[in-house]
Amino acid sequence: MVDPRLTVIDERLKGIGNIIAVSSGKGGVGKSMVASSLAVILARRDFRVGLLDVDFTSPSTHVILGAEDLYPEEENGIIPPRVHGLEYMSIVYYSGNYATPLRGADVSNVLIELFAITKWRNLDFLIIDMPPGIGDAMLDIVRLVKKIKLLIVTTPSQLAFETVKKLLYLLSELNIPIIGVIENLKMNKSKFIQQQVEGKNIPFWGEIPFDIKLEEAIGDIHKLLSTEFGKKIEEIIDANVKLL
Amino acid sequence: MHEWALAEAVISAVSQIAEKEGLQEVKEVKVKVGELQQIELDILRFAFSQLKTAKFKSATFIIETKKAEFRCRVCQKKWIFDARKLDTETAEAIHFVPEIAHTYIKCPNCGSPDFEIVKGRGIWLESIRGVK
Repeated sequence: MVDPRLTVIDERLKGIGNIIAVSSGKGGVGKSMVASSLAVILARRDFRVGLLDVDFTSPSTHVILGAEDLYPEEENGIIPPRVHGLEYMSIVYYSGNYATPLRGADVSNVLIELFAITKWRNLDFLIIDMPPGIGDAMLDIVRLVKKIKLLIVTTPSQLAFETVKKLLYLLSELNIPIIGVIENLKMNKSKFIQQQVEGKNIPFWGEIPFDIKLEEAIGDIHKLLSTEFGKKIEEIIDANVKLL
Repeated sequence: MHEWALAEAVISAVSQIAEKEGLQEVKEVKVKVGELQQIELDILRFAFSQLKTAKFKSATFIIETKKAEFRCRVCQKKWIFDARKLDTETAEAIHFVPEIAHTYIKCPNCGSPDFEIVKGRGIWLESIRGVK
């Protein structure tokens, strides 16, 4: 018995230049904010961009983007709808506002199904918003997506960075490219994270200060990108994406 | 026509196996289709017929359907999936991503969404036969 879906994933992704998974060891560090902003900012720079939310049990990018009343088209597969210039794919098209409790094997199956049936157009970037940690989704992403690159988000908290260190170690062991680390929710001037990251010969993309006004901009991407968070991440992306 | 994408996956898998096994021609492909995904078999057959390459010119596609069975992890109750009990939107959501069953279906005994899809989830390549 063979799962035929696995053999078609490379074909589905062949028209995509860069596939970047935004990940962290911990939840609550701002991965979805960074992933959504990264995708929209790249699209505003005239890149062809897709955003895929694979945090299946707790998807949130649709809330950040204010993406409502969207549904994929069916055309020999699933064609992601467009929002803010992005091709956008999320499980919420099917689960709505209901809870979707999934165990590990189910998470793998959803991931494989979405990669097998989603027909992305030719893209310069596909940004993937990951769930936290180094569980099934991470292991499957690095198994299934041959050209995956990781962008890691941490906070200054030693609790967050302790888990990020494990993630960085795992990715290095697996020879998965880490394009950079972003330090989010910064509230002091410490250079500890930057030194730790650069000490591992991993690019430190920059730090984003804690922005108390960010919460009220959720759902309005234009407002979000004009916050302190938005301006800083735009600066970080412009400085680093050209290096990819 | 999301069946088309699944048919492409089957053709791709068979082509890879045929290549690996050194088959010049594929004669028979057996596919199992789980009822949970509610695949339209006529569309799947049509897609196979349209996607056939020269290597498949005389291939027969045998499609066998399998009942979908669930087992509750909380109370161990087993039950069979019945698409007729679902509204159109729910059935369609499960059609695209079968694990969405955990969103809308609950154990008929204890109401838990924590159940295992024991069998009959989606599409599987059972076997292929060909000539070297």
